[in-house]
Amino acid sequence: MAEAQDTLAVAFELNGVPVEASVEPQTPLIDLLRERFGLTGTKRSCDVQVCGACTVLLDGAPVSSCTVPAFEVRGRAVLTVEGFAADESASPLIEAFVNNAAFQCGFCTPGMLLAAKSLLDADPAPSEDVIKDYMRGNVCRCTGYKKIVEAVHEASEAGR
Amino acid sequence: MTTRGFKTVGTAVRRVDADDKLSGRAQFTGDLEVAGMAFCKLVTSPLPHARITRVDASRARALPGVYAVLTAAELVNMETHYGSDKKDRPVIAIDKVRFQGEPVAAVAAVDLAIAEAAVELVDVEYEELPTVTGIDEALDGAGEPVHDSNFCHEYGYEWGDVDAAFRECDRVFEDTFEFPMVYHYAMEPHTCIASYEPDRIRLWTSAQHPFLVQAEIARLFGRQLDQVQVVVPYVGGGYGSKSYTKIEPLVTALSREAGRPVRLALSVDEAMRTVRRHAARGTIRTGVMNDGTIVARECTGYVDTGGYTDNGVRVTERFGDRMPGPYSLANVRVKTYGLFTNSTPAGSYRSIGGPQAIWVCESQIDVIAHALGMDPFEFRVKNLVREGEEVRRGRRPIEGDLEYALRRVADEFGWDSWTPGPTPPGVKRGIGFACGVTNSGASPTSTSLVRFHADGSATVYIGSAEMGQGSRSVMAQIAAEEMRIPYEKVRVVASDTTAVPWDRSTGSSRSTTLMGLAVHDAAVDIRTQVLDLAAEHFEAFPEEIEAEDGRASFKGETVAFAALVRNMFGGSGGELMGRGYVTPKHPSGKLRQDPVFWEVSIGAAEVEVDTATGEVRLLRYYSISDPGKAINPKQVEGQDEGAAMQAIGHTLFEEMLYEDGQLLNPNLVDYRVPVFTDLPHEFETVLIESGNGPGPYGAKGVGEGGIVCVAPATANAVFNATGVRISTLPLTPERVWRALHEAGQA
Repeated sequence: MAEAQDTLAVAFELNGVPVEASVEPQTPLIDLLRERFGLTGTKRSCDVQVCGACTVLLDGAPVSSCTVPAFEVRGRAVLTVEGFAADESASPLIEAFVNNAAFQCGFCTPGMLLAAKSLLDADPAPSEDVIKDYMRGNVCRCTGYKKIVEAVHEASEAGR
Repeated sequence: MTTRGFKTVGTAVRRVDADDKLSGRAQFTGDLEVAGMAFCKLVTSPLPHARITRVDASRARALPGVYAVLTAAELVNMETHYGSDKKDRPVIAIDKVRFQGEPVAAVAAVDLAIAEAAVELVDVEYEELPTVTGIDEALDGAGEPVHDSNFCHEYGYEWGDVDAAFRECDRVFEDTFEFPMVYHYAMEPHTCIASYEPDRIRLWTSAQHPFLVQAEIARLFGRQLDQVQVVVPYVGGGYGSKSYTKIEPLVTALSREAGRPVRLALSVDEAMRTVRRHAARGTIRTGVMNDGTIVARECTGYVDTGGYTDNGVRVTERFGDRMPGPYSLANVRVKTYGLFTNSTPAGSYRSIGGPQAIWVCESQIDVIAHALGMDPFEFRVKNLVREGEEVRRGRRPIEGDLEYALRRVADEFGWDSWTPGPTPPGVKRGIGFACGVTNSGASPTSTSLVRFHADGSATVYIGSAEMGQGSRSVMAQIAAEEMRIPYEKVRVVASDTTAVPWDRSTGSSRSTTLMGLAVHDAAVDIRTQVLDLAAEHFEAFPEEIEAEDGRASFKGETVAFAALVRNMFGGSGGELMGRGYVTPKHPSGKLRQDPVFWEVSIGAAEVEVDTATGEVRLLRYYSISDPGKAINPKQVEGQDEGAAMQAIGHTLFEEMLYEDGQLLNPNLVDYRVPVFTDLPHEFETVLIESGNGPGPYGAKGVGEGGIVCVAPATANAVFNATGVRISTLPLTPERVWRALHEAGQA
C-alpha cells in the first residue's frame, strides 16, 4: 500500500478563474487538470514530453502537462483548450483549422491549437519555416502536417 | 425532372465533428467516467518466450483497494482464445508467453496507484525458452517453436507457364528487399472500459470494428449478440491498430472477476506490445525481353506476424496479392508465408501488406529499368496493366486508365524536365517513381438506417467508427444529398451496437464506398417515401414532383417534407424510416466481384543525399488520389497526405528494434515518428476523379493508397542521385552512409 503522502496546496488561475487544489508532490499537471477539474480536452499520449498532446499554456508559454509537476503552477496562469476555445479571440484559429481540414482524429488538436496560439501571440506573421520549427514539439499522426501549417498561416496576419 | 447538380456532395463542408474536436469537448474512451469504475494495470512478461511455471497473485489480492486479479486460472466458464482468423490468442497468457510484454495477470483496483502497487506483488515464475527472433530464425526452426510450428499461414497462386517463360526470356533478374517492423502510433493508445453485468456486457472501447468486437465478446462469454453493447466514442487514430479485437476480452474478463466496471488505458509502451505492422522480406525473379517487356514474375515472400496470428493470415495473402505490381503479366507465380516469432503480434496497418509488397516490386522495377538502360517511368508505362484487364486472374478488372494517372503525376512533378540543379559539395539530388494497385474494401457488407423526423431534420445511423477519416461528415453529405435536405439538418449517430445497425468494419478504405452506399440507399428510401406522400398530396405521379431543400413542388405549389410526414401521422409528430442493405448481391451489380475496388497508388519523389553523413532529405513528394468521386475533397487530400507522411516515417527512420526478443525502443524518444520539420517543401496530392468506383456517385476508397509508394519512390530517387541501391528500410543515415561507403561513394 502506498504510504500517505504530504499534500501541497496550490492556488492558481485556471482558464481565467482563480482555483485551489491540494496535490501530491509527484502529481503531474495533466492529472490535476483531467481528474480534479474534469478538463479532459488535455490529452495523454506519449508521457515523455515528445508528442505535445498534453500541451497547455503556462503564463502563455506551451508546456507538456504530462511532465510538469502540478505544484509548479502555484501562483501562475494555466490555459487549457477549454479556456482557449471559450474565448472569442480563438475564433480565427479555430475557423482556420476547420477551413483547412487541419484536424482528423482530434486527439492532437487541443495541444496543436494551444501551440499555434502561443506562436501567433509571439509572432503574428510567422513564415512557413518558423511555423514548422515552432510546432515541431506537437505530433499529428493523421494529417501529414501540411494542412495544419496552412491553417496557422491563414490565422496569422500574413494569411488574413 | 431536370438534371440536378449536387448541393453538398463534392463540397468541403464543415465537418460534423469540428465543434467537438476544436473545443476540447470531443470525448474519447479515456475521457469517460462509468460509475463504480475500477482501474486496471497489467503484469506483463519480461521474457519473450517462456513457460509460465507459477503465478501467485495472493499477495496482490490481499492489498487493500484491490478488487481482483485476473490470471489464466480465472478463465473458467468461458472460451479462452480469440482472434479474427485463427483463435490462437488467449485472453491472458496460459502456460506460456510468446512475446515480451504479453499480459500474464491484470489487476483491478480502486485507483491506478494501488493497481500499480499490486502489480509488483504478483509473483510469476518462468522457465525461459530459446527465442525466435526474425524471419531467418523462424524458418530455421531450431529450438522450441512459437506455436506448434513457426508457420502461421501459407498462400500462393499461379498462372501462365512461368518456367517456360523464364527459359525463353532474354534476361532474368532476382532481387530481395526487406521491410521493417513499424508501429502505428495512434496518439490515443488502446483504451477500454468493460462492464460485465448479469444480463449484459457493456464496453466502451477504442475499436475500429465495433460489431466484430461484439461478436467476439458474445462468443467468448456465451452471450447473445443483443446482450453485448459495444460503444465506440471518438477514436484517437486507428490506422489498423484498433482493428478486430485487442484488449477487450481481457478487460471484460477482469470486470467479471472484479464485479464492477474496469478501465484499462494502455501506455505507448504497452501499445507497442499490442500490435505492429508485419516486417517482411520479398524476393522477386523477373524475366524480361531486351525491348523491356516483362514476361514473367515469381514472387516469394515472408511476413513476420510475431507471437500470435492477429491479422497475419490476411496480411500474408495481401502481401502476395500485391507483390507482382500493377503490370500486365502473362506468367506469374506467388508464394507467401506468415511466420511466428517472439515479438509483438502483427496485425492490420493501413494497406495490409501493401507498403511491403510495393517496396519489393517497385524497387526491383527500377533495378531492371536501369540494367536495360530504360527510363524507369517509361519502363513502367510500357508494362502497365490496361483498363479492363484483370491484374490478378479471375478478379475484378482494373477500372481506370492507369497510364493517364501515371502521366498526370509525372507531368505535375515535372519528371521529364527535371535537372538536379546546383548542389553544395557532397550533396546529390535525384528523383524516383513508384506505382501500385491494392485490392481494397474488405467485405462488401454494411447496413444503415435513416430516420426522417417530423421537423424536416434527419438522423443517420452508421456502424463506422470515426477515427479521423471524417466518415460522419461524408455520410451526412450523402444522406442530405439523397434526401434533398440541407447538410446542416442531418445528424449522425455512429458505432454503438445497441443503437446502429450492423457494419462489418472500419478499414481497408471501405467506409465511403460501402457504408456510403448503405446510407445512400437508406436516404433514397426516405426520398421515395416522401415523394409518395407528395404525390398523394398533389394528386400527381411521384416522378412529376420536384424535391429540393426539404420541399416538394408541383406546378408552382410547394409543401415541406416535414408537413407531409406530420400529415401522414395525423398530428404533430411521426417520422419515416429508411434502410440500406449492402451485400455482394447489391442491385447495382457492382459488388459481385472481389476486390470491392482497386486502390491506385502513385508516388514521385525528389531527394537530396548528403554523402558525408548519409542523410536523406525528401524535398518534394507527389502522390495521387483517385476517390472516384471526391465527396469531400479536403478530406480526400487529408487522407492521402496523412498516409504519405506515415510512410515518410517507415521510409526514413521508423523501425521497432528487437534484440534477443527484447524491444529496444518502446517509447517515442527512441522510436521517432515524423514531425512538422519532416514535411517536404512540396507535398502534393494530385486528385483525379475517375468516377468508376462501386460506391455512391462512382466513389471508391482512398485512405491507404498514399502510404504505399513513398518508400520505393524515395529509394529509387536515392539510387538516381548516388547510383547506390539500398534494399533494406528505413533509409537511416547510418545505413545510407554504409551503403555509399561500400560503393566508394561516401
